[in-house]
Amino acid sequence: MTDSELTRGERRKERLDRGIKVRTEGIYAIASWQEASYLLLPRLVLIVGLLILPFVMPSLYWNRVTSIVCIYVLLSLGFDFLAHFVGLVSLGGAFFIGTGGYIAAILNTSLGLSPIFTLPLATIGGGLICTLLLLPCLPLRGVYFAIVTLMYPLVLARIIEALNIFGGTDGILGVAGFSSRWVEQYLIILIVIIALFGLRRLVNEDIGLVFRGVKDNDQAVRASGLSVTFYKAIAVFIASALGSLGGAYLAHIYMWSGISQFALDFSIIPIAATVIGGGGTLVGPLLGCFILVPISELLRAFGTLRIVFYAVILMLFIMYRSEGIMVYAQRKYHQFERWVKV
Amino acid sequence: MSEEPILQVIDVSKSFGGVQALLDLSFNVRKGEVFGIIGPNGSGKTTLINCITGFVRMDSGRVIYQGKDISNHPAHKIADLGVTRTFQIMRPYYSLPAFKNLIIPLFSPRARRTGGWRGGGKLGDRDTVSIDILEEIGFERDSFVPYKLASSLPTGYLKRLELARCLALRPDIILCDEVFSGLSMSEIASMVPLIEKLQMDGITLIMVEHRLRELFRVANRVMVLNFGEKLSEGIPEEVMQDEKVKEAYLGSEKVLDYTFEA
Repeated sequence: MTDSELTRGERRKERLDRGIKVRTEGIYAIASWQEASYLLLPRLVLIVGLLILPFVMPSLYWNRVTSIVCIYVLLSLGFDFLAHFVGLVSLGGAFFIGTGGYIAAILNTSLGLSPIFTLPLATIGGGLICTLLLLPCLPLRGVYFAIVTLMYPLVLARIIEALNIFGGTDGILGVAGFSSRWVEQYLIILIVIIALFGLRRLVNEDIGLVFRGVKDNDQAVRASGLSVTFYKAIAVFIASALGSLGGAYLAHIYMWSGISQFALDFSIIPIAATVIGGGGTLVGPLLGCFILVPISELLRAFGTLRIVFYAVILMLFIMYRSEGIMVYAQRKYHQFERWVKV
Repeated sequence: MSEEPILQVIDVSKSFGGVQALLDLSFNVRKGEVFGIIGPNGSGKTTLINCITGFVRMDSGRVIYQGKDISNHPAHKIADLGVTRTFQIMRPYYSLPAFKNLIIPLFSPRARRTGGWRGGGKLGDRDTVSIDILEEIGFERDSFVPYKLASSLPTGYLKRLELARCLALRPDIILCDEVFSGLSMSEIASMVPLIEKLQMDGITLIMVEHRLRELFRVANRVMVLNFGEKLSEGIPEEVMQDEKVKEAYLGSEKVLDYTFEA
């Protein structure tokens, strides 16, 4: 009787790491081109795939969808980074997008700065403003931090509405667009690639280990002579700067900035994308966005009913593949599996 | 060991609601000594450590470290001055390999300031330094143990990892919260020389312990706490002859005999 004929209960799956992984995560011993390509191939597929996307979907409509997806990717990367590497569950996507969007719109319309300047300024400025506003609640943990981050976009939208500042309910009109749709496409795709690989590197650097330490055990970080709040602030700055960049981009794409940029979609979709793509992988949320946002576009015909499809997809994933696509795929890719007798 | 106090605790009080955990507690710790703190369960030993290291705000009193008032300073600032602690319930970073656990203290301002381990130039590659520290503390360098995830390490190694985290900061004082508890006799036997070596390296140790026999082997002086108050203080043998201590802490002659056998 071979092992595959054993019934459930008599057998179990044995998982072995592939031989090129040395001692600990992230250190590989590469001896041949074959092994090098084993590591390079998935990365190349991702990068090349992103770069040829504007050619695969050349219509103006799908170009726009790709840009929006990329903006969601920036938010989701920030969410995944904060949630799985720093231990802060942030629902502040809308907050970051709105702050970045308004900064870019104001700089562009009142100071006449071109997107070359507004994008970096909105990134840094938005990051700073969001971090400063979130600073008082950084000592909070878990759900409390999530609630506060959820509150800010609602409050800011109401303030803008009530005080009729920054164009009030009409928003800021006449924001400059990008010079061509190719610039619009490739700039955000490059930003996404840089953000993704940058964050992946960051979390494995020494400072990234401090972030992960804060998530694992903040008391031990304090006992190590490091200020937990300071490192949380840095992490929030990184995530909110990414989100603000996305918001600024959104303002320039739509040539408009308004209170709908504080919409809760920007807070919710990153979470759904992270659940579906696989949290803690950073690539997963990207994949999740590229699945979820186009689906939501395809379901546009159903109007508000699409939230139901959304909910069903999310529920099925949570029930049957709660680890997410990328965690599952990475396991299959990096490990041999075989049935062994119990 | 000198007579000069490195740490002065003056009239420290702390209550949690109606429970008086510490009441006007004062003592001095001399530079380079091993100072034991013992007492029955709930006598305020861990609270005392929490108060000294800034993890719990004390209600009143002062803590003077090398002439500097550090009462109620933030925990990371106190650690930055070289007053480090271990946790009774071990707090490693479970998702990181053992040697990566030490990267975090090595990343701290204090570790960067104080330079390499055992006074050798600037801090080099943090991975190398952390493996060096782990070897020092009893992780076998050439085995897989330092590279294992902290979540898969047994208690003995986790206790060592707690000490290693302190050592990475090149501390002046280590407050050990029950480093011997939960260890087997053989694990303790290998831990005792480690403590002695730390003392020889000039590190002042404050040890909260329940394992009296082992503690008395290394401690120069001990203090007995009961209900947040100091019952007695002095060299171990004298303290254990104190009637109040016998009564409150040990309860009977029999336990006392047990303490000094072997």
